[in-house]
Amino acid sequence: MKLAIPAKVVPYLEVAPLAVVLLLFFVIPMAMVVVASFFDYNMTGLVPTLTLSNYIDLFTSPTTLELYAQTLKFALLVWLITLVLGFTVAYFLAFHVRNPLVAIGLLLLCTVPFWTSNIIRMISWIPLLGKYGVFNRALLALGLVDKPVEWLLFSDFAVVVAYVHLFTLFMIVPIFNSMARIDRSLIEAAIDGGVGRLGVLTEVVIPLSKTGIALGSIFVITLVMGDFFVVKIMSGGRSASVVMGVFEDVNLLFYPPAAASAVVLLAIVTLIVSFILRVVDVRKELTG
Amino acid sequence: MTEKAHSDARVRVVASQRVSRRRVLKGAAGLAGAAIGSGMIKGFPTIWAQNIKDVTLTHVGMSYSTIIDIARQATKDLGFKVEMAVTDHPGFANRVTTQPDSVDIADGELWQALLVVPRSSYQAIDVKKVKLWDKMTPIYTKGVFDGKPVSRVGISPIKVQYLSSPDAKGFAKEPTEWATFVPGFYNADTLGMRPDLIKRPIQHWGELFNPEFKGKTAIQDIPAIGIMDAAMAAEANGAIKYADKGNMTRAEIDKTIALLIDLKKQNHWRALWSTFDESVNLMAAGEVVIQSMWSPAVTAVRSRGIPCYYVPLSEGYRGWGNGLALMRHLKGLKLDAAYEYINWYQSGWVGGFIAKQGYYVGVPETAKKFLTEDEWGYWYEGKPAKNPITDPYGKEMEKPGAVRDGGSYEERFGKIACWNTLMDEARYMNAKWNEFRTA
Repeated sequence: MKLAIPAKVVPYLEVAPLAVVLLLFFVIPMAMVVVASFFDYNMTGLVPTLTLSNYIDLFTSPTTLELYAQTLKFALLVWLITLVLGFTVAYFLAFHVRNPLVAIGLLLLCTVPFWTSNIIRMISWIPLLGKYGVFNRALLALGLVDKPVEWLLFSDFAVVVAYVHLFTLFMIVPIFNSMARIDRSLIEAAIDGGVGRLGVLTEVVIPLSKTGIALGSIFVITLVMGDFFVVKIMSGGRSASVVMGVFEDVNLLFYPPAAASAVVLLAIVTLIVSFILRVVDVRKELTG
Repeated sequence: MTEKAHSDARVRVVASQRVSRRRVLKGAAGLAGAAIGSGMIKGFPTIWAQNIKDVTLTHVGMSYSTIIDIARQATKDLGFKVEMAVTDHPGFANRVTTQPDSVDIADGELWQALLVVPRSSYQAIDVKKVKLWDKMTPIYTKGVFDGKPVSRVGISPIKVQYLSSPDAKGFAKEPTEWATFVPGFYNADTLGMRPDLIKRPIQHWGELFNPEFKGKTAIQDIPAIGIMDAAMAAEANGAIKYADKGNMTRAEIDKTIALLIDLKKQNHWRALWSTFDESVNLMAAGEVVIQSMWSPAVTAVRSRGIPCYYVPLSEGYRGWGNGLALMRHLKGLKLDAAYEYINWYQSGWVGGFIAKQGYYVGVPETAKKFLTEDEWGYWYEGKPAKNPITDPYGKEMEKPGAVRDGGSYEERFGKIACWNTLMDEARYMNAKWNEFRTA
């Protein structure tokens, strides 16, 4: 027997599974976080009276601004570096490797480090960058420095190195994807039209890779904004991030202020992402 | 056989020959039966229910105390299963309060009881059911040691040891019948240093701030503990005077953090470490020469053949301790098993095992049975070792002639100046600590 489902209902049924999953695992928990952020609290637990004090505390604390400044600085630096690296690598793979099979192979090679855990990849930098680590020993042996360079490890530099190592792939893949879809005849046309190599890059490749750049940027920026572990380990505890503030509150079971910080962070990341999406209409580029 | 000798013999049979309960039942049924019949038994196991082997207890705590060997030995001795689950400091309080059913024995730090008890996650321990309660170290049960009151700066054991009633959400000031926990690991902490790189004696906590060690020192990044190291140093230097450094006012927190930030701006801190391994690596790699440290971390550096010294300082030690609490959901046979486990925990095997890592237990005299005379002399009495001293796994750590840093149990615990703490201004303190991190 065939069930007759009215045509109007079909699309609703199709989105239902995803909608249920999102509702259960995203909307409801998120709503609880928002509600909790307005609760009062003390050492012994939550006090379910509505208050704005968590937000007032957050916005009047000088630490908040410092944490955001620090986190945004990391996000900006890492975004710039991964963008340049990711774009260059993707460009090479898409336009300089003639055989598409080889290009895909090389792209897969880029993912090899991802077969180990994030934490291991990050921690591996410590013996390389340490005061008596590989780099410092090499520099000393070459006579380039007369005492170990200390800013290599437990510094903002180390944090950025680890982030770049961890997140560049998230830039490479979407940009490569965009570039692979660029019609080669457009480039021929541009060259026929008399622009140089640089012209091809700025007039054709970059505008047509915008989607990939936007997606990669969203990945990298949200990953950095949401991190605290890399900052903690690579800075040797000498730097902090917004999420570390949340973490410290959760440590002591102070859930309402942690929820308030999370809501504010979410709002700011949403703003950044919507700004990126405003500059680049990802949907149009993907479907068009 | 006298009653004591009998029970001691019984403990030895079970603990040292590792006879499983089942074999005891089969082979030594006569002895066991006689013992029960005459009501003399003090050894383990004491629960004889048919279905006891179906019981599993989950012991949740921090990495240093949830040692798998303890669970294995308990499982062998007790006839039911004990499992260890590791968590970190923040994970502990969150797991115990939000998923209480996933925990049976909660092994937290003293100050964490302040977070957990008001949320009713534990059930009170009836001290009458704790066999060795009277023999338990008075550091915990009476707040005195060697006849003198123990420091109450910070969260000292006596502040959180007793509950006024089984359902109390707060602590009793005086001993009662209801305990929050039985003592777990505890120790007296101080600064660690590299005697090969600092070639002069170190005597004061203030050396942590000494410009001589600029870029070569570290402080621990757990606010409840790090702040006390900082306060000990600031006080020793005369930089800050505290009314009660275990429970600072906002102004005192501000001053202490300002001092830490000022030092940070001068690049004084090589790092802020947050795990045991980080502290070991910092010291062993020579990144730092003096820093906040935990006792077994010093031992870990030394067992790599690198000299490291845990300095007894004139201002005294920063004490810390754990307690084993029973979760509220335990009842019936499982509750009996939990009491059995915490009694077993105090009966000696654990004490002997962890003594070799430098930690102390609730009833030190029971540990003596599980240590050689030489080991007892080295770890508890501050005597020079006659033979090589090994860790619990038999690896050599110290050569004959070595003396424990800081000396005997009495010398070390007689000089506790403060304890790890959770202040009334904990949230303010954490926000300020984050300021220190970002500065």
